[in-house]
Order: sequence, then structure tokens, then C-alpha cells
Amino acid sequence: MPESSVSRRDFLKVSSTAGVGLMIGVFLPAKERLVAAGLAPSQPFEPNAFLAIHPDNSVVITVAKSEMGQHVRTSLPMILGDELEADWSQITVLQADANEQKYGNQGTGGSGSIRESFTILRKTGAAAKEVLIKAGAKKWGVTIEECIATKGKIIHLPTKRQFTFGELAEMASSYSLSTNPKLKDPEDFNFIGKSMPGKDTPSRANGKAQFGIDIRIPDMLYATVIHCPTFGGKAKSFNSNSAKGIPGVTDIFAIEEGVAIVGNNTWSVIQGQRALDIEWDHGDFANWDSNRIKSFMEKKGGSGKAVIARKEGDVTTAHKKAASVFEVQYEVPFTHHATMEPMNCVAHVGNGKCEIWVPTQVPQRVQTKAAEHLGIPLEQVKVHVTLLGGGFGRRLFADYVTDALEISQKIGKPVKMLWTREEDMAHDFFRPTSIHKLSAALTKKNQAKSWSHRIIAPSISAQRSPQKFTKGELDKSAVSGARNLPYEIPNLHIDYIMTNTKVPVGWWRAVYNSQNGFANEGFVDELAHLADEDPYHFRVKLLKNSPRHLGVLNVAAEKSGWGTKLGKGRGRGIAVHESFGSWAAHVAEVTVKSDGSFTVDRIVGAIDCGLPVHPDGIRMQMESGIVYGLTSTLKGEITIKKGAVEQSNFHDFELLRIDESPEMEIHIVASDEPPSGAGEPGLPPVAPSVANAIFDATGKRIRKLPIRPEDLRA
Amino acid sequence: MARYSITINGKKQNVNVAEDMPLLWVLRDELGLTGTKFGCGRGLCGTCTIHLDGEPTRACMTSVEYVDGSEITTIEGLSTDLSHPLQQAWIAEEVPQCGYCQSGQIMTAAALLEKNSDPSDEDINTAMKMNLCRCGTYQRIRKAIHRAAKEI
Ligand code: FES
Ligand code: FES
Repeated sequence: MPESSVSRRDFLKVSSTAGVGLMIGVFLPAKERLVAAGLAPSQPFEPNAFLAIHPDNSVVITVAKSEMGQHVRTSLPMILGDELEADWSQITVLQADANEQKYGNQGTGGSGSIRESFTILRKTGAAAKEVLIKAGAKKWGVTIEECIATKGKIIHLPTKRQFTFGELAEMASSYSLSTNPKLKDPEDFNFIGKSMPGKDTPSRANGKAQFGIDIRIPDMLYATVIHCPTFGGKAKSFNSNSAKGIPGVTDIFAIEEGVAIVGNNTWSVIQGQRALDIEWDHGDFANWDSNRIKSFMEKKGGSGKAVIARKEGDVTTAHKKAASVFEVQYEVPFTHHATMEPMNCVAHVGNGKCEIWVPTQVPQRVQTKAAEHLGIPLEQVKVHVTLLGGGFGRRLFADYVTDALEISQKIGKPVKMLWTREEDMAHDFFRPTSIHKLSAALTKKNQAKSWSHRIIAPSISAQRSPQKFTKGELDKSAVSGARNLPYEIPNLHIDYIMTNTKVPVGWWRAVYNSQNGFANEGFVDELAHLADEDPYHFRVKLLKNSPRHLGVLNVAAEKSGWGTKLGKGRGRGIAVHESFGSWAAHVAEVTVKSDGSFTVDRIVGAIDCGLPVHPDGIRMQMESGIVYGLTSTLKGEITIKKGAVEQSNFHDFELLRIDESPEMEIHIVASDEPPSGAGEPGLPPVAPSVANAIFDATGKRIRKLPIRPEDLRA
Repeated sequence: MARYSITINGKKQNVNVAEDMPLLWVLRDELGLTGTKFGCGRGLCGTCTIHLDGEPTRACMTSVEYVDGSEITTIEGLSTDLSHPLQQAWIAEEVPQCGYCQSGQIMTAAALLEKNSDPSDEDINTAMKMNLCRCGTYQRIRKAIHRAAKEI
């Protein structure tokens, strides 16, 4: 099978079903390449794209996923290195350049890195180990059964003779690789399930870690840009006289999306940007603001045609027969990714070629975009992926890359293009705002006989690909977390109304699970209260057939001391949610004062993400999801005025601080199921667990984010 | 443009830059010391924290003119071999996630420990509160500072 036809889908399908015939496709291409290359002695042995074992005994594992704080550059090598029986200290990590043929899809998101790579990395390590053993056995003239691999060595057991991997690498490369190597018994894992030291931790503690913003290449100039603050607007004209007078500013020109300022250093171009006098054509979105967006959504949500996402039983009849119908509305605002490293990109365009250094979650999207933008073949675009100073979904977009390309092309030199924080704040792809209309038919004893959930929100998918939604198709993403409601209630109706405006929307951590999880878990808490039942036990009752929900729910409840008494003004709230193939539950504890000010004191979280590959990494991601989720629960609202974002920097878009960060206790629910992710699943239950805790403390039901002290005043 | 002489990590450096250029860009663009990060440019996030004559200072808000003749320590100068107790503690507690804010966090924490070798949680909150971390590493930062304090 030629390399080019091994798509990532085949790659993964093959690896998970272990179809031998196709497995060859996974390993063969690299092998063929090696054979064709004749393999000089100094050449490394490369069983496939993920691994190289060098004669100097270094094991280089190429990571094709982007590192943005989720420690994939530790966890993925752990998986491969474990099967290989490498020594942790001999493993170094190489970041893959964009290359679809070699690595499959490098897109990093959806909490998918481990889920997508687990089997293929194991097989790669195992197959490589087999040929190393074979090489050792051959050299000693013994059988492979007498040899084992351990800690980077092949050992002949009867005689205790040993070779390092490096000593055998060349010989091993002459064997063909098994397409279906024997994998280790999980009992024998050395790295998987242990918390190995982070490969990038030292460089992140001494300033040596290289983010996109840190790239420096010879002859490089610096640039910043300014885009029209109003969505859909553009620059009409600009006066650059005063900006040009700023020392160090070398060039100012219009680009497709705004105006670029180029110079000898960052400070010059920032100064230049501030001094620019631009006349904008704000376009028709200039008379939109947050209120108008809300009434547009309310109106469309009330009268518009909804697309059904899930229907079970008969909600209409249930409503008719009900003793009463309970109806409420939940609301979630736009919010921002706010990665600590602002958007930036280094690009060098010229001679029909292009080289890019960029913090991105989508190296291949960058590559394709650059090739299209410049009208050059894909092979002429080299994309190096740096470390990312945060991603959270923001860097799934490659908008900022185009700025750098245009500038470099125009000046004929390499350029480091950096957005100011203000620019970054103004031009995100925001977490969609949403309205949730929920209702339940209640019996005389207030038992819920139905559950209706209407989601009214802009669609990320439709904003990007409107052609896919011309005939009332369902945007499945927009209803994720709502459509798969786990609670066993006899009549269900879940539908969606799309309300797109010009505000760009995008995949923010946990995507629509953040809004839908808040609505679900708030509403179920309300139903428990109406039924006069404990919110934890009420959930348990409705989750009888959802063992993994129950697993995390029970652990969070037990570890948090659910049911024990709390002091005055204090409350406890619980929430559980499944997303991206993982289950998470939190119990939050809050203290509310009579003036409405409150603190989130403690969050006990439980997660079931299948086999825990890197437990400390999972705990980190849970802690991170909690803090990120709390920011959007307590602050972090993006509002629109005159068609533009009102917030401009961290004084008016506030992030959670250390003194507001609760005590966190994370429990990993043991599982033998295939591993899934931990980057996002910890986020959705945060807001509802806190809102439910506030209800417990005060009797005030929170249905709108962010939660403000003024909403809680006694 | 003017000439300035600054001692950075014990080494005298001469630069010729605009008077109002913040130290942050002198470090990053002129001297290639990129460990100090840009997060907001307005003194709001702390990613650019360095020590100016021992005091934790926002490099983005401190013009080169002001630091002429001063002694600056950046993350690169905290230790050359990761031996500073905070760096060791950062590694032991696996503090960094994306790592972008961590130079600033460590520099702020180092200044705290200089003054207070056994800080309480309260002291840590007060000292560290202006350093933002979007990845939410706060709990581990707190633990690592306590750990480092024990080592000093
Ligand atoms: S960059 Fe200096 S405080 Fe944010
Ligand atoms: S570790 Fe990512 S911002 Fe702090």
C-alpha cells in the first residue's frame, strides 16, 4: 500500500481493529523508505514516523500532537516507550512538522490525543522491541525466547549478556516489522499508569521553553496588525504620518484584514499601531450590541423552527396530563479563550516557498491555508510547531497565520507577527452565548415525567460551513451534552434553534458541553429540589443504567463528605457530565456572605477517562479545567457594543487568581476501558456544581452565568 | 534613541534603543533573553516579571531609561542549572502546564522567598495574586512555594 493512501482514518481503524492486512499499511511506508535509502550505518532505525533509535542509544519519539499544557509530549512517549521497554531517561521528544502523509491528522483537540494515538503508539513500540530482540538473539546466536528487553537493553537471560538498543539499532533495521506485535499485559506496564516526570517541565522552569513568540530567525523583522474592531468591518483609509515617524517603524500597509505595521522591534510596531489613524468602514454590524443579540435570540428561540435533536415518548401528552409544568430559562454569555500567549506567527515567504513557525493546534490546516493563500504547492510550505502558550481551542483557528504570510510576502523578509493583547481580546472565536429553555411535566408529588430542552445558540459549524445547514440539518455539536442526557425520564424532547450573528464563534474548552452541561445539571438539581429529594440521591436514582456516570458521582460524593453538615452560609453542590468519552463529577463547597460576596472553597472532582495513562497529567487537566471553568462561572464575560467586543485586556476581562483558586482534590476512577481524554471533561460540571452549592447555601437558584455577588444579595 | 548600560544577570549590557522602550522588549528583542514573556503589556498579568535591584518588577511597564545603571535578574539568571530551590520545587510538583506564565510566577515567588522564608498561604496569595495563569496551576504553585521554603 503506498504511503499516500494511508489516511489517518485507516491508520486508526486499522490500529484499533488490528486487521493484519491493513496493518502493513501503517508500518510499510517508512520501511520502504528506509530500504530505498539503503540505510548507511549511521542512519537511524525508523520503524515508522513515531520512533527513531540511534546508534548512540538515544530514543527519539516524534510527537505529532501539539503541546499546549496537556503534557502530550510526556504521555505519548510514555505509551510508546513502555511497549518498547525503553529507559525513560534515554527518550527525547521531537515535535513533528506538519505532514499529513507521515503522521495522519495532527489536529489537537477534542481531548483526543491519547484516545487517538494509544493503540498505534503501543504497536509501534512493541514492533520495534521485537526486532531489537531479534537482532540481539542473532548476534549471540541464541533463540529470541531466551532474550528480553528492559530499560533500554536487550538481555540474554541465561548468560546475562546485554546490548543497548543503540548497539542493535542498525541490525534491527534490516528486519521487517510485525504488523501485529504482541502487546504487554497491562500488569507489566512500566510507564503507563505511573506519573512520569514531564519532559518539558525543566525548560518551563528556566525560561528555555520555546513558544511561538520566542522564535528568532536571521534577518527577521517584527510586525503587529490592527483589524477592524467591528465584526465584518474593514479599513477604509488610514493616515500613517505620525506612525511612520516612530523610530524603528519601517513599513505600514494595508493587508486583507486590516493594517500591518512593520519595524525593527516589537515596541516600535506597537507604538506605530497606537499612533495610526484609521478610518473604518464598520459595516452593518455596528448597530448590534449584547442586548440586541439577546433579543434576537429570544425572538428566534420563541418563534423559530427548531431542529429536533432527540425525541422519546410524548412530551406534549405528558404536559397535558401533568399536575403542573415547571419551566425555566438558563443563560450563558460569550466568553474568550484568552491564552496567556497572544496570537503570533513567524513566517518567511519567498522564492515560491514558505516556512512557518507557529503555536498551533492544527499544523496541517496552517499548511493548507498557506499553500492556498500563496498559491504554491503544499510541499513548498514547511510548518514547524512550537510550544503553545495555551490553546483551549483558540489555536484550532489559523486566522493569525494569514497576517504573517501577507506581511512577509510583501516585505520579502521573514517576520515575527504578534498581536497585542488588545487585538487578541477583540478577535477571538468566542464560546457561543446560549439560551436554554427547559421544562418538565410534574406529577402531584412533583415527580418529573418529561424533560424538554430547547437550545438557542449560534452554530460554530454553520458559521464555518453554512452550505452544510441549508436544509434544516442538525448541528450535532451544538446539542452535545444535551442530546445525550443520561437521566431516565420517560418523555424527552431536545431541540435546537440556530442564532448566528457576525460575532465569530469557536471551539472553546469542552465546546457546547460547557453550556449544555450547565443547563442540564442545574435543571436536574431543580427537579430534585421540587421532588424534595437529595440532589445526589435523586441523580443516582435516574442513572441506574449509567454505570460510569454513577462511578464518578459516587466517588465525588463520598470523598467530599456529601451529606455531612456545613456551617452557616456554606453550601455544597454536585454535578456530573460526560463529554469526549470521559465522565466527570464535582462537588463544590461555597461560602456566601449576606452582602452576596462568596467564595468557592473546595472542589472535589472525580474522573473516569478509561485506563489512566498519565495519572498526574489527568489530575493537572482536572485542576486546569476547574480553574478555567470557574473563571467563566465567576467572571470572564464578553459583551458586545457597537458590533465590537467591549473588553480589551485583563482589567476588564478578568481571570481567576491564586487567592480565588479553591482547594482541589482530584480522584481518578480506576478503569480498564480504553483511555480517553482529560483536557475538557472536567470543565462542564464546574459551573453547575458551584451554582448548586450556592442554592444549597442560600436558596437562590442561579440560572445565568457569570454568577455575580449582586445576584446573591440577601 | 539613546545608549544605556544595564547589568543583566550579572553581565553588563549596552543597548542603543528608544528612550521609552520597556525593558521587556530590550530583553526579548535586543538581547534575545526570551524567557521573560509578554502577556498584556499593561502591567496586568505578571508574565513579564523580573527583578530590578531585587524587587519583583513588571518589565512591560518599566522603560529602559528608568533602569539605566540598575541590576536586573531574569529567569535565565535565577540559576544557570535549575538549582534554585523554586525551580527544583516546580519540577518536583510538576507545576507548569503550558508554561507560558511560569517565568513570571517563579520570579515573583523568588522575590517573596527573599523577604519571607516561610510564607503562609495568605502571604503567598498576597504576593502571587497579580500573576495570572490561564492553565490554572495555582494550587501547585502554592505547594511548590511551600516546598521550596523548606529547602531554604
Ligand atoms: S506583560 Fe507585563 S504585566 Fe502583563
Ligand atoms: S501554565 Fe499556562 S498560563 Fe500558566
